[in-house]
Amino acid sequence: MIPELGQFALVLALLLSGAQAYFGLWGAHRANPRFMAVVRPAVAGHFVLVSTAMAVLIYAFVNFDFSVLYVASNSNSALPTFYRVAALWGAHEGSLLLWGWILALWTLAVAMFSRNLPPSFASRVIGVLGIVSFCFLLFTLYTSNPFERLPVEQIPADGRDLNPVLQDPALAIHPPLLYTGYVGFAVAFAFACAAMLEGKLDQAWARWTRPWTTLAWCFLSVGIALGSWWAYYELGWGGYWFWDPVENASFMPWLVGTALIHSLAVTEKRGLFKSWTLLLAILAFSLSLLGTFLVRSGVLVSVHSFAADPERGMFILAFLVLMIGGALTLYSWRAPLLKSPAGFDGISREAFLLYNNIALVLAALVVFIGTLAPLVNDALGMQSISVGPGWFTRTFPFIALALVVLVSIGIHSAWKRGKLSDSRRRLGIGLVVALVVGLAISLGAYGPGKWLSIIGVVLGVWVIVSSLFDPIDRLRRRLSLSRAVIGMTIAHLGLGVCVIAISTVESYTIERDVALGAGETVALGRYAYRFDSLQPIEGPNYDGVRAQVTVLRDGKPLTVLHPEKRNYWVQRSTMTEAGIHSRWNMDLFAALGEDLQGGRWSVRAQLRPLIDYVWLAAGLMALGGGIAASDRRYRARQAAEAAATANTGTAEAT
Amino acid sequence: MKRLVFLLLVVSGAAFAVDTTTMPTPELQQRYETLTHELRCMQCMNNSIADSPVGLASDLRRDVKELLQAGKTDAEIRAYMVQRYGNVILFTPPMSGSSAWVWILPAVAAVAGLLVGVRIVRRRARLVDQDDSVVDSEEKAP
Amino acid sequence: MNRFILPVVVFLALAGLLYVGVRHSPNKSTMVSALLGKPAPVIELPVLGDPTRTFNSRELAGRPWVINVWGTWCGECRVEHETLLAIAKQNRVPLVGLNWKDDDEAAQQWLTQLGNPYSVVAADREGRSAIDFGVYGAPETFFIDADGLVQYRHVGAMTTEVWEREFLSRLPKAAMP
Repeated sequence: MIPELGQFALVLALLLSGAQAYFGLWGAHRANPRFMAVVRPAVAGHFVLVSTAMAVLIYAFVNFDFSVLYVASNSNSALPTFYRVAALWGAHEGSLLLWGWILALWTLAVAMFSRNLPPSFASRVIGVLGIVSFCFLLFTLYTSNPFERLPVEQIPADGRDLNPVLQDPALAIHPPLLYTGYVGFAVAFAFACAAMLEGKLDQAWARWTRPWTTLAWCFLSVGIALGSWWAYYELGWGGYWFWDPVENASFMPWLVGTALIHSLAVTEKRGLFKSWTLLLAILAFSLSLLGTFLVRSGVLVSVHSFAADPERGMFILAFLVLMIGGALTLYSWRAPLLKSPAGFDGISREAFLLYNNIALVLAALVVFIGTLAPLVNDALGMQSISVGPGWFTRTFPFIALALVVLVSIGIHSAWKRGKLSDSRRRLGIGLVVALVVGLAISLGAYGPGKWLSIIGVVLGVWVIVSSLFDPIDRLRRRLSLSRAVIGMTIAHLGLGVCVIAISTVESYTIERDVALGAGETVALGRYAYRFDSLQPIEGPNYDGVRAQVTVLRDGKPLTVLHPEKRNYWVQRSTMTEAGIHSRWNMDLFAALGEDLQGGRWSVRAQLRPLIDYVWLAAGLMALGGGIAASDRRYRARQAAEAAATANTGTAEAT
Repeated sequence: MKRLVFLLLVVSGAAFAVDTTTMPTPELQQRYETLTHELRCMQCMNNSIADSPVGLASDLRRDVKELLQAGKTDAEIRAYMVQRYGNVILFTPPMSGSSAWVWILPAVAAVAGLLVGVRIVRRRARLVDQDDSVVDSEEKAP
Repeated sequence: MNRFILPVVVFLALAGLLYVGVRHSPNKSTMVSALLGKPAPVIELPVLGDPTRTFNSRELAGRPWVINVWGTWCGECRVEHETLLAIAKQNRVPLVGLNWKDDDEAAQQWLTQLGNPYSVVAADREGRSAIDFGVYGAPETFFIDADGLVQYRHVGAMTTEVWEREFLSRLPKAAMP
């Protein structure tokens, strides 16, 4: 009975989202305040209903209701409670429900925080979000109903268990955070559509859109980083990025999202790049939807795709064509009207942000080409090909490094007139420090390496140094720093750290795959891993072995690693738990391969210099974004006060 | 359409393998590792034969090892694999033939992007003097 | 303005591509054999169960033949076995079995218990011949024409429908001796 309640709640939610869309858009079109007034209550109701559905599914999981097909397929009586809840989003149907719930949450947030927006505009934004919700709920109910029940005679005694790969704490946070980012771009998309429907896009629009977009971007950054970190410690390869289609599917919206938040800056400041910003807002969400499509339709083969189903693929494709085709058609109609007479120099801040945008979109295009190329060849009847890491690492880094150079120089540039000559000193110092410190970190600390990596380290340092000049200068002059500046600085520092970390890891990792018996050692530079012993272990739904591997530095014991090999009973699959010890400047990594009999095991031993900084950097970027999004410009009350002060002619120190 | 299931040799759910093969010389070892990472495991979901635990992958690794020891060049080994499985077994697509476009398109796009950037900047730079909007040149806030 | 139409146009082209992609079965890219139209690799392997005899595919030169890759560990092979027995009864073309990475005894027992549709079974212990044919999973079935060229590869369990459509249709009209 209770699962049916969940389904019923979704049906009602579908109707409410339809109402949201209809009354929001038609009400705004007709300037009908009564229609528009329906919108916010509809949003609230929608959120409550989808939450109810989520609660019902959680209840079914926690109470082992195997009459629900989804629960039977992804849970088991031996599965710990924590994972029974997280299993909600462990497979296709449930993760779609999560998508829908997060969308409802964002919509609720927009409804709550949009009271200072013109009513017709806010209605349109919420109306567009209503269309997206409607389509997703329709898709869920029609093709991927998580509440589908098994006929009584087919109810199993026990469930098929959650995929052991997913039985990890990171499952609890990676998908929700990632989806919050993905789905968050729907808000920017809705703002863009509302502007196009309104026929008006001004600096105020940019100011309204920015915090929402930046916030979504923050979540996406953290979501991607978590996925990477999880792959590293859970999947046992010791790798952190595989250019896998599913990973690329989240990276592309991130790249375009980054371009978008920078383009919005120019639109807000100078009223420029309006049609470009519109296009980016549509593109970011389109890539999110495309990602959803790629992961669930079976067109691309990947280690982490959901079970492929062409029928679902068709549905999402139809959804894509409707939403994106519609938005782009609106764009082709409205964009030509958005002209601006403003001017700027070739070395102005606007120009550098333009170059930055071009680089970011190019980067996204490269990832796009690599991800879809096999599909293109097949669809056009050409010879089948694969595009793997080898292609991406020969193309992507060049654009990334070009971007880093642009940031290092452009950060000094002034609006409109550039005046880079004033910053000659800063550029010079920055470059020198970058070379000295960069070469010290790479060649000095680690020795000869790949030339591209060494360049990367130098450029990473350059970004960091360049970003610090202005804030430090302001502090010295006892000027206040706005949150926008602080946020920007921290985010750019994050970029620098990321580039340094990735460059270092790619060039200076030491990896050995060897067969070890008790007491045997493998050497990794100054360090050595000694395989001591193996003991059996047992968990709530698995058994296995746990190895003790002592790490020696210059012959002296430093720490002990405990890699494990687990056999999960229900799905009869084997998982590897890596043994990792993180030091301030590296990770010591060991993973068990297979039992080679005779007491010997194959072991993967790695030294990963600076790898933790890759994820720390993502955290910095997200932190910077979050701080910038909380700038007083965006907070209604303070914005009103600021406007009042400006009106009375009082100058404000920035 | 009935979905075709091939992953029958895969007993363990572990998605990776540790390849402990050692070659007689460091140079051969390096080439072995590079090649096995460049060749796709045809039975798996996007793994290289170096990382794949399935039987076919270990057979292919054995072939690579034997070919290297027989003195074949990297190009000959790749050709050997392509002859049997098609270009799809190479993780890095060849720069010629049906995958040339994959390499060329990004370069073309980069040039196009550059030209677009130059064109826009030229147009805006011409407008600068006519543009009388006041802008704080000290301001760096985004 | 012309350039604002571009995004929609590009998008619709992409959508078309994705549509075609979804329509094709999953993994289609890996199903087309790289050997099509090329000479079939020579197989020289011991005959299953009879270590004194060797099967050499050159024996079959000059006429069409079919090779089926199978193993006792392969579930789909069990599914197609009935069909293969029926096909063997028709006796239109030699059906050679390639026992891939299997255990001799288990394979022989399998054939005794379930019936043997093959005119001869070659035992590919090390998987080398399978690799030569570009096999990546079992079962797979290849059609080789009278000139010794590979004309078709079927991936997955054989069905009467596929047999008639792709294999029988490639045989010359005259019945085989």
